[in-house]
Amino acid sequence: MSGAVPQRRGLLLAFVAVAIVVLAAFPHIAATYYVTLVLPAFAYAIALLGFNLLFGTTGLLSFGHALFVAIGAYCAAVLSSRVGVKSLELILLASSVAAVVAALPVALLSVRYVRIFFGILTLAFGMLFHSFLFKFYDLTGGDTGIRVLRPTILGMDFKELDKTAFLIGPFYYACLLLAVVLGVVMWRVVHSPFGLHLAAIRENPIKAEYLGVRVRRFRLLAFLISAFYCAIGGVILAVNTGQADPELAYWTHSGELVFMTVLGGFASFFGPVVGAFTFVFLKSELMGLTQYWRFCLGATLAVIVIVFPRGLMGLAKDASRKAAKR
Amino acid sequence: MSTASTLIETVDVGKAYGSFVALDGVTLSVKGGELVSIVGPNGAGKTTLVNVLTGLLKPTRGVVRFKGDDIAGIGPVKLAKRGMARAFQLVHIFPAMTVAETIGVAIVSQTGRSLDFFSSVRGDAAVRRRVEEVAGIFGLAGKLDSESRLLSQGEKKLLDIASAFALVPEVILLDEPTSGVSSGDKHGIMKTLIDAAERAGVKAIILVEHDMDLVAEYSSRIVALQGGKVLADRAPADFFSDPEIVAAIVGRKVGKVARSLA
Repeated sequence: MSGAVPQRRGLLLAFVAVAIVVLAAFPHIAATYYVTLVLPAFAYAIALLGFNLLFGTTGLLSFGHALFVAIGAYCAAVLSSRVGVKSLELILLASSVAAVVAALPVALLSVRYVRIFFGILTLAFGMLFHSFLFKFYDLTGGDTGIRVLRPTILGMDFKELDKTAFLIGPFYYACLLLAVVLGVVMWRVVHSPFGLHLAAIRENPIKAEYLGVRVRRFRLLAFLISAFYCAIGGVILAVNTGQADPELAYWTHSGELVFMTVLGGFASFFGPVVGAFTFVFLKSELMGLTQYWRFCLGATLAVIVIVFPRGLMGLAKDASRKAAKR
Repeated sequence: MSTASTLIETVDVGKAYGSFVALDGVTLSVKGGELVSIVGPNGAGKTTLVNVLTGLLKPTRGVVRFKGDDIAGIGPVKLAKRGMARAFQLVHIFPAMTVAETIGVAIVSQTGRSLDFFSSVRGDAAVRRRVEEVAGIFGLAGKLDSESRLLSQGEKKLLDIASAFALVPEVILLDEPTSGVSSGDKHGIMKTLIDAAERAGVKAIILVEHDMDLVAEYSSRIVALQGGKVLADRAPADFFSDPEIVAAIVGRKVGKVARSLA
């Protein structure tokens, strides 16, 4: 094996280590507003790590994954404000399991198809769930949704902290820990024999099948894992805003998931994470600057797709390769 | 090898698509140690037969067995597990994956580690050794970390076949392995394939081929199809010495090796 690969691995590891240290120090060095922005970025980073196992690794582009983010959020809402479960760990566990259970029938039907047909089918399931949340008022609270009460972390309720102090304190670090742990797990999955099979399915499903890869079953497994990650992201989003509402399941939210992944670069492991942070901060800055922020975001996406189809991580890789040549 | 056991056999296999009969009463067998070529004009039913033999198509009548088990329509994954591999006429590769990763896919599935979610493929010394071994046989050892899409056409073809060999099959089915390769390289590729098959412990090869020089030189037996029926099932010398069969199957495209056998 050439020396370049371990060297680049080392550089990557150094970057990740620095990023984790900066994120750990962030609540102490940055203004509160920016710290609160990191929470949805964590949520999307986790959700998209899962989403991209299906999209970037397996080659299936879903336009309905907000469905599983919403399931995570509504589970957190129902458990905290209706059932009385306050433990964040229990909520995370129950929500992700619920998302996987809900994903099973959706995945069973969807992975029979690929490309646009898969995309449309997942979109349809997302819309179905959105209408359910919207119309079944007694169950779901309709358009206002359900409140999400402050959870306890490892049994501690942090009563002495006000809402913001809780979010940018203990909850922030819980999310950071979750992102790191789930990131490491996903890294292992992508680089495992299973992950290699998923990539083979993306590249050429017919050939993969003749090499003994159970194409449909593996697509299904990738789908379930992605739903698990999306639900975790949904719980974080819901606790952060204190609310689970139908907008979370709306198709534009699914579109944002795709946007963030493409922005960061779906061909790269860290692309979705970079995309999540860039999107959240870019959106908030643009909203502060102009009422035409949607237009600006749309233009950004167009430029990315046309000029840098490999996203921000693709740009970074090209830059580092150029620097190495010099 | 008259005592060798039968690996593949079909008995009175028929396949119809509506009123169109693609295969009509095909009975044949392939034993250990044989290289059986399937020849015939376009539309003779070669592709359908190959798809039946590899369990992709379920015949409308008759039986198809591999090592004594019925394999009608069992599909490529199960067939690979039982020990039959297939390489396609058109090159099938994983464009964005490296040579090592491509061969690794077969090795991982063959060793039953597809559902290993957490160990590192890259850091697996046993997988790496097998990858290097297989790549070496096909002259791809120097390209292990190249992306497949950057290989030459001939190398892509070899990689496609190498990944099938990495399954350690007992029988391998090669669908025009030299198509798209310059005529000068054809013998080189065939020699590499046969040599690789011996080294990998492949017991029998089924070859679908248009190039009669290759068929004449490398086959131990030739099965000729016409209109979905077996027209002849003979050793090369008997095959090419029968002018009627040669005319029906080959037309005038008999090259010098075939003529010298006749």
